[in-house]
Amino acid sequence: MTMTTTAKQPSAFGNIARSNTAVGLFFMLPAAVFLLCFLTYPLGLGVWLGFTDTTIGRDGIFIGLENYQALARDSVFWMAVYNTIFYTLIASILKFGLGLWLALILNEHLPFKSFFRAIILLPWVVPTVLSALAFWWIYDAQFSIISWSLMKLGWIHSPINFLGDPNNARASVIAANVWRGIPFVAISLLAGLQTIPQSLHEAASLDGATGWQRFRFITLPMLTPIIAVVMTFSVLFTFTDFQLIYVLTKGGPVNATHLMATLSFQRGIPGGQLGEGAAIAVAMIPFLLASILFSFFGLQRRKWQQGGQD
Amino acid sequence: MSITEQTNPHVLTDDAQGMSYLNRLPRRIVVLYLPLAVFVFVLLFPFYWMAITAVKPNSQLTDYNNFSPFWVVKPTLDHIKYLLFETSYPGWLWNTLVVAVCATAISLVASVFAAYAIERVRFSGSRPVGLLIFLAYLVPPSILFIPLAVIVFKFGIYDTKLALIFTYPTFLIPFCTWLLMGYFRSIPFELEESALVDGASRWQILIRVILPLAVPGLISAGIFAFTLSWNEFIYALTFIQSSENKTVPVGVLTELVRGDVFEWGSLMAGALFGSLPVVILYSFFVDYYVSSMTGAVKE
Repeated sequence: MTMTTTAKQPSAFGNIARSNTAVGLFFMLPAAVFLLCFLTYPLGLGVWLGFTDTTIGRDGIFIGLENYQALARDSVFWMAVYNTIFYTLIASILKFGLGLWLALILNEHLPFKSFFRAIILLPWVVPTVLSALAFWWIYDAQFSIISWSLMKLGWIHSPINFLGDPNNARASVIAANVWRGIPFVAISLLAGLQTIPQSLHEAASLDGATGWQRFRFITLPMLTPIIAVVMTFSVLFTFTDFQLIYVLTKGGPVNATHLMATLSFQRGIPGGQLGEGAAIAVAMIPFLLASILFSFFGLQRRKWQQGGQD
Repeated sequence: MSITEQTNPHVLTDDAQGMSYLNRLPRRIVVLYLPLAVFVFVLLFPFYWMAITAVKPNSQLTDYNNFSPFWVVKPTLDHIKYLLFETSYPGWLWNTLVVAVCATAISLVASVFAAYAIERVRFSGSRPVGLLIFLAYLVPPSILFIPLAVIVFKFGIYDTKLALIFTYPTFLIPFCTWLLMGYFRSIPFELEESALVDGASRWQILIRVILPLAVPGLISAGIFAFTLSWNEFIYALTFIQSSENKTVPVGVLTELVRGDVFEWGSLMAGALFGSLPVVILYSFFVDYYVSSMTGAVKE
């Protein structure tokens, strides 16, 4: 039966092998019910809704690609697409660079290291909406503490309009996103750094390698698998970000900071156009698939995707 | 117990001193301590700002000329009192707690069975199912909330806590299952075999042998799931309409924000108190938390 094919399984397991599929499916039942009802079905329903003109309170009819044709002519939608790509790209690069830097610092021998490691993760633990509210207050047009400090230092003369100007607003939301994302990248990469044996570094420096060479030819190659996974997650969650934008700008000023997720929400829920909102959400799927496939094939030699061991 | 050490392989250890003794102190200050100080300052400043705003009297809140904005002269509890006694805030805290506890419990139970089935029962097709679980983890809530709103409405649970309790497991179960699969994998087969030889059923093996050994994994998954559901926003924003059913993040944002400058105190107090439960939980279980976060990424 199925069990005898796996070499790991000793023969004692063969005795009950016949009932394994039944037992397995029975154990899978609770998770399967939830995931089919509230994950697979909505995923399909979302794709279907994208082809209909459903609004809140009225079941729609099939209208083919009309939603997508309307979106293709919609400059706000294209603005949201560009914003999402720009936002994901810049924020991910910054998160990676700063996170790696922080991980390298924390990997050194420091006093109170575990304490630092604990408090650094705080921005990631606290609910995003609530820390975004703090950022909203920090970015206040009139009473921003950043503007005040810079004015005291004499670097600027009038308060910065953080969220009122399109480019400032984009930079501000990216800064808040990076602030929240650094801890995740740093702590995950730190876990990877700690698996690199010190003896490699010692051997390399005896051979005359400089600090940069040790980083470039030892740390980076050994860290690559974990970097790939961490950044895939980071890109996925940045790309589908909703909370920060919704709290800080609600897509404004004049739709300049809309991401695809916030535009989808605005058209779908307050706007009532469920079909159009679903179409925008579906338009995110190709990008998500691309990054998942990248992670899958980029890391194919590692078997973690199938739940196996290396 | 060597097994408990094995089942928790992700706890970080710092025994390697390496070659850091080669660096002289001035260099260490510039290369390590200074950047670390900047990082810590930037990462923690918003929390300090949140806390200081929450206890500032309104007269000092926007008067930066007479009072230093970084300090508070006569701290007041007015904002917190207002929050606790004149808004629905305590109710939101309770809602968030109920939803987070129920969703976590449902997800943990479902995940334990699923992870055990995939990792140890090894029924035919368990490998593709494991892969599907991983892919399910990557489906973001922001592409599901519109169809889910339709489904929740059809089920007649729109605007109730049940809507959240049933939908949160969609992102909790994949995560917990994935994490627990890793823990179950580290438990030796021999223990199960000897239980089988002694005539134990699958159910007994799971309850009496596997679960006691996987307690660290259960704690990790539970804490992480609780935090994720406490922090969830987009589903709660979409599925809940009435004030008395809102969760903290949604309630604070939709009911306390009224575009009035003088609300900042209570708004920050609301943000602070909404963050405290997860921060306290986190501070007790830092290692479990870190291990679940890196455990989902590693391997």
